[in-house]
Amino acid sequence: MKFDLRQNALNIVIWVLLITMPAWMNAIGGYTQLGTQVVIMGLAAMALNFLLGHTGVLSFGHAAYFGLGAYGVGMTIRYLDASTPLGLLVGVLAGAVAAALIGPLIVRRRGVYFAMVTIAFGQVFYFIAVRWNTVTGGDDGLTNWHRQNIDLGLFKINIMDSAIHFYYFALVIFALAVGLMASILHSPFGRTLIAIRENERRTRFIGINVNFHIWMSWLVSCTFMALAGALFALQNNFVDPHSLYWTQSGIFVIMCVLGGMRSFWGPLVGAAIYVVLQDYLSSLVSDYWQFFIGLVFVAVVLFFPRGVMGMLRRRAVE
Amino acid sequence: MSFLKVENVSRHFGNLVAVDGVSMTVEPGECRAVIGPNGAGKTTFFNLITGMLGLTTGRVLLEDKDLAGIDPTHRVKLGMARTFQITEIFPELTVSENIRIPVETAAGLSMKARMSASQRSGVRQRIDQLLEEGGLSRIAHRYAGELSHGDQRATEIMMALALNPRLLLLDEPTAGMGDDETHAVARLIKRIHRESRMTIVLIEHDMRVVFNLADKITVLAEGRPLAEGTPAEITANAKVQAAYLGGAA
Repeated sequence: MKFDLRQNALNIVIWVLLITMPAWMNAIGGYTQLGTQVVIMGLAAMALNFLLGHTGVLSFGHAAYFGLGAYGVGMTIRYLDASTPLGLLVGVLAGAVAAALIGPLIVRRRGVYFAMVTIAFGQVFYFIAVRWNTVTGGDDGLTNWHRQNIDLGLFKINIMDSAIHFYYFALVIFALAVGLMASILHSPFGRTLIAIRENERRTRFIGINVNFHIWMSWLVSCTFMALAGALFALQNNFVDPHSLYWTQSGIFVIMCVLGGMRSFWGPLVGAAIYVVLQDYLSSLVSDYWQFFIGLVFVAVVLFFPRGVMGMLRRRAVE
Repeated sequence: MSFLKVENVSRHFGNLVAVDGVSMTVEPGECRAVIGPNGAGKTTFFNLITGMLGLTTGRVLLEDKDLAGIDPTHRVKLGMARTFQITEIFPELTVSENIRIPVETAAGLSMKARMSASQRSGVRQRIDQLLEEGGLSRIAHRYAGELSHGDQRATEIMMALALNPRLLLLDEPTAGMGDDETHAVARLIKRIHRESRMTIVLIEHDMRVVFNLADKITVLAEGRPLAEGTPAEITANAKVQAAYLGGAA
């Protein structure tokens, strides 16, 4: 294994920025919750990109698993037991089980057909959330619950009241999830996923069961998506059906494209751009912020088809 | 026992009969060339052997085992590896990474999320060995997509060999190459065949390559078998000369 200085320099920069975020976020006009949102949406976009960028399969229905994670944690805390870790576990399991069951039905599809089927399954969960008023709160969302402090015996993590505690709580989970995804991608299994992205026919004729490997990649991707959704609900103490809607899936795809799908960190960068722009623009022009985000997206697709990270990498090579 | 036995296979696409009642028996260690004019059904014939296409009639047997119902992925596990007329590699990976994927798959690691130190060094050694044998060591760290035709082809052949196949199927290995590249690829195939005595079936247009490599030749024309024999017999065959060699010369 050769040591790639540039790649490691990037890792170091990103981790230093994330770890020190609460220290400088306010100085540049932001606030801690905005940083938390970047980390959570970054995790969601990186989870999607495990499938999109590293396996070459486009899903337009990942919001369903994001939403399952969100409702899973919300409903657990509201109806079952006021425990943050249990809620997270239920949320992640809900997403993983749904993905595992739906996966076999869709992995035979490719390209736009795969994307369409993922939308269709995603909308199923959306309509369940909207119609099942009595349990999910319907259109108004699931309210009357609150994330709970975590008691580690020796000390308590006060995520209920302290934005900074919640930020680091989310960051630790982010770090574990991202580290796990990176280690999978650098394993023989991860390389088969890259192989599928690069050339499916060759991969099949190497003797790899392509559909099964796509199912595994889908499962990993959706599971981390559910984790991100659960964190998102914990941050807001609220879930509504929008987090399950197919346009939310599109937003995750946009984040990946903005940042660069071929880059491991690209989706995090894309999520940061999206979340910060949304926050800034909606305070300036209220409802028209999506128009400007659309402009940025079009510009990136036209001029930097490999996203921000792709552009930076090309600069570095030149 | 014959190694590969193809019995009376046909393939229809609607009204078009692409392959019509072709049989072929290949002995262990043999190098067989399949030749024929454009549109003779050679690639379709290959796709029937590898299971990419289903048979309309007939049987394909590998060491007397009927391959009916076995998909291409599982035929690879039975020892079949192939290359394609249009090179199929991983363009955005380096040559070394291209070879790594089949090496790890052949070692049964493709579902593994981690490797032991000994597995890692075993894989490394095997990659280096294949790079060396294929003459690819000097370009091991270049992206496969930016290589010359000949180097891409050599990469694809070494990827197939990385699977430790017992039957290697090569679809026009020298297609679209200049003389130098054609020579290099033909030399590589010849060396593989001589050193491993692997059974090889190849489709080829370049007659110099065919006569240099093949133990026996099967000639197809318009989807039907036209002749079969040693290179000398095929050269002397009047039907073949009329249908093919005459036109080519």
